[in-house]
Amino acid sequence: MSECFRVENLSYSYPTEEGAAPHRALDHISFSVEEGSFVAILGHNGSGKSTLAKMLSLILFPDEGSVWLRGRNMSTDDITEEDVLRARREVGMAFQNPDNQIVATVVEEDVAFGPENLGLPPEEIRRRVDEALAMVGMTEYARHAPHKLSGGQKQRVAIAGIIAMRRSCIIFDESTAMLDPVGRREVMDIIEKLNREEHITVLHITHYMTEAVRADRVIVMDRGHILMDGTPREVFSQPEKLWAAHLDVPQTTELLYAMRQHGLDVQLDIFDPDECASEIAAAISRR
Amino acid sequence: MAEIELKDVSFIYGAGQPYEIRALDHISLTIGGPAVTGFMGHTGSGKSTLVQLLNGILKPSDGQVLLDGKDIWAEPKKIRDIRFRVGLVMQYPEYQLFDETVRADIAFGPKNMGMSKEEVDARVLEAARFVGLDETLLDHSPFDLSGGQKRRAALAGVIAMRPEVLVLDEPAAGLDPGGRREILTRIRDYQRASGSLVILVSHSMEDMALYCDRVVVLSHGKLLLDGDCASVFSQYETLLDAGLDVPQITYVAAALARYGIDIGRDVYTVKYAAQRLSEKLGGGAS
Repeated sequence: MSECFRVENLSYSYPTEEGAAPHRALDHISFSVEEGSFVAILGHNGSGKSTLAKMLSLILFPDEGSVWLRGRNMSTDDITEEDVLRARREVGMAFQNPDNQIVATVVEEDVAFGPENLGLPPEEIRRRVDEALAMVGMTEYARHAPHKLSGGQKQRVAIAGIIAMRRSCIIFDESTAMLDPVGRREVMDIIEKLNREEHITVLHITHYMTEAVRADRVIVMDRGHILMDGTPREVFSQPEKLWAAHLDVPQTTELLYAMRQHGLDVQLDIFDPDECASEIAAAISRR
Repeated sequence: MAEIELKDVSFIYGAGQPYEIRALDHISLTIGGPAVTGFMGHTGSGKSTLVQLLNGILKPSDGQVLLDGKDIWAEPKKIRDIRFRVGLVMQYPEYQLFDETVRADIAFGPKNMGMSKEEVDARVLEAARFVGLDETLLDHSPFDLSGGQKRRAALAGVIAMRPEVLVLDEPAAGLDPGGRREILTRIRDYQRASGSLVILVSHSMEDMALYCDRVVVLSHGKLLLDGDCASVFSQYETLLDAGLDVPQITYVAAALARYGIDIGRDVYTVKYAAQRLSEKLGGGAS
């Protein structure tokens, strides 16, 4: 498999007032992301997750180290503005607040905004808009006013706008944080579908552990460093480490951990309620 | 101890227009203390409308809102006094920070209540302590604070008015798990220490389970469920139908029952589930 993103020795500090010590948001981090993978990024507030997302989408540029997009180093001096603009067309970004991402007064016009700005012919725009709305399950709302939609629906419209731009990788920066449980489920289902069926590379930044377990890989950030990196099973089987980084584990893992303290021989890396119950039942019957 | 009563309250957006929306439909409810009461409901269920009725930002289309038995709209010109008594912390309150220093921002409410400078200063310090904001930060610009600190500064601005009723709309939204725990614990401790009435709006069932004494569930503008956490979360079919969710641990308890290990339907925290299971284990082993 080929590589989508790579960061090498990446550091970034936000500019501060004169005299104040600079706040280092990212501190010499390195990793790469395979094309077509689904990576969840966890971390406490201020751990550097969003800064990292802005680096990968070339909104911010590193102080030190480099960002590679599909084998190309985007942090060398000979990278022109044109190169950056072209690269940005490969990476889409979805944000937290759906209301900040919608520009038009009709759903389909909002989805068409990006392709229109690419200067595509009208038939092509039509085709892409229809396709994108179908993909997020919002076809029947094509002519609705966005402000009357629910949060989850608005977020799906914003995602359709990215799909219509044919982005082959999408970074979701806490795109589920402001939604109710139904909205979150809707958006997570779409994200998973884009990855599994459309093979779009997904980076999903979230505070919800139940969402992170749906990814292929979980990266945990802590104060500008990478604390953990592995499959959900590998990461969530170390609850003490996550708790120390101000994070949680899924409740299934938390219960299994507590049962282990009571002397039950159980695995920790189980995230499905039914499998969790079956693991406990089996351990009890073995006693 | 304050008491808020909603008497047959309805609220209609755009009344009389072809697109009128009935956001609340004949709600009757009494909220008394001392307790943290949680309001839950899907997007559009009417919870945000309801909290805005409590301090008179919105006026009921029909019915009455009573504070300690008195209609808050009895004298419409004095509605400002109600807003001092019922403090509302809106969603993402940090967007409402505006003053040059954190101290001035927190002082804004008490100042408008006509307090002396000494009193205002004391209130600012007290509020900052309650939310866990370091005193050295008070002379910084609020815009130099981190997200979590900004949230706490905004919360302090309302607490400084010592409201008898403190209403918070999604106070933990967007915070990491550690930040959520910290702010919600502080709110609950504030309730316990001040004896005020606290009303919390949240989507997170896990948070409701941990921090609320009573849960009120709204669905399509109507009251769907009302009771303590155990009685509300045990009706998870109803909650799921209303577009809500229950804590994952509640599903685990249901699945355990299918494996012949019955720890009850009213399981809504991991701690409680672990305790019930260990009791079963203890009984079986010894």
